[in-house]
Amino acid sequence: MAFTEEQLVRYSRHIILSEVGGKGQKKIGQARVLVIGAGGLGSPIALYLAAAGIGTMGLIDADMVDLTNLQRQIIHHTADVGRPKVLSATEKITDLNPDVEVISYQKNLDAENALEVFNHFDYVIDGTDNFPAKFLINDAAFFANKPLIHGGILRFDGQIFTILPGESACYRCIFPKLPPQGVVPSCQEAGVLGALAGLIGTLQATEALKLILGIGTPLTNRILTYSALQTQFREITIKKNPDCPLCGAHPSITTLEMETQEVCDFDPLETAQKDS
Amino acid sequence: MLIRINGKQEDIQVATLGDLLQSKNIEPQMVSVELNNTMIDRTNLTTTLLKEGDSIELLFFMGGGSGHDLRQ
Repeated sequence: MAFTEEQLVRYSRHIILSEVGGKGQKKIGQARVLVIGAGGLGSPIALYLAAAGIGTMGLIDADMVDLTNLQRQIIHHTADVGRPKVLSATEKITDLNPDVEVISYQKNLDAENALEVFNHFDYVIDGTDNFPAKFLINDAAFFANKPLIHGGILRFDGQIFTILPGESACYRCIFPKLPPQGVVPSCQEAGVLGALAGLIGTLQATEALKLILGIGTPLTNRILTYSALQTQFREITIKKNPDCPLCGAHPSITTLEMETQEVCDFDPLETAQKDS
Repeated sequence: MLIRINGKQEDIQVATLGDLLQSKNIEPQMVSVELNNTMIDRTNLTTTLLKEGDSIELLFFMGGGSGHDLRQ
């Protein structure tokens, strides 16, 4: 693949970086990245990867754009309210960079389709908002052996880490099983500062580009947390958990299943407010 | 006794990790606990004793992103 004149200009600020160069830019152009969720995290992830010239981007989201989304989901505009998110996002991506091939799935990821979808891509980025999906994505990335970049946000806090399946700590090494339903409030219930989604999503896109280029040190075996109120980043060292139900020595999870959340017996919102 | 919680030194009088969570009003099911760089199984929280100088990380579940209902 040779660059056109236009591409040489478009990607010139990448190509000028010695760690990227023409060779690295070609790697970006050949990369196949799956972005799960075209929402708060998915918006900056998809836009920055599109701008960077990702060759093929998968987008999966079953939802329609809602007015409450626009406070943080910057890939969608006012006129998109009521339209499928994947459609709205695909248009913006193509407007920004027609080099990017978008494969969109207007559906939810589930245990039946996850591995099939994952197999079309080299890297997976989690921009979902719910725990059954986050655990499913972690498990599917393990079974499909795809590097995964996890991200989560709530209120004024965010977290991100990279998982190289089998090599580095996975989501279940830290959180072995789903929280009972309602224990952890959602952004819908507890709110989220819109710009925080931009920050965490942009970190996820950056980590994906590093993996694709094979440069720097990946965010593996450490969780990066960000507190917007304190303007504080913290790095927490983690390690593969030998008792991990997925990637440990004696795994109890051997097939892909979508787990459901148990019901909890206390008021999560009350607890969250007390904590904050 | 002085212990470090999420990077901050605190002077706290508790015996176990379970007591610590209780004193901070944290429901054990919403957090994963790392003590001196080792994950502690949730079932062992109430039997894990703390000592001066321990370093504890409380890792919270965080969803966020797409913006639809958690309970779908």
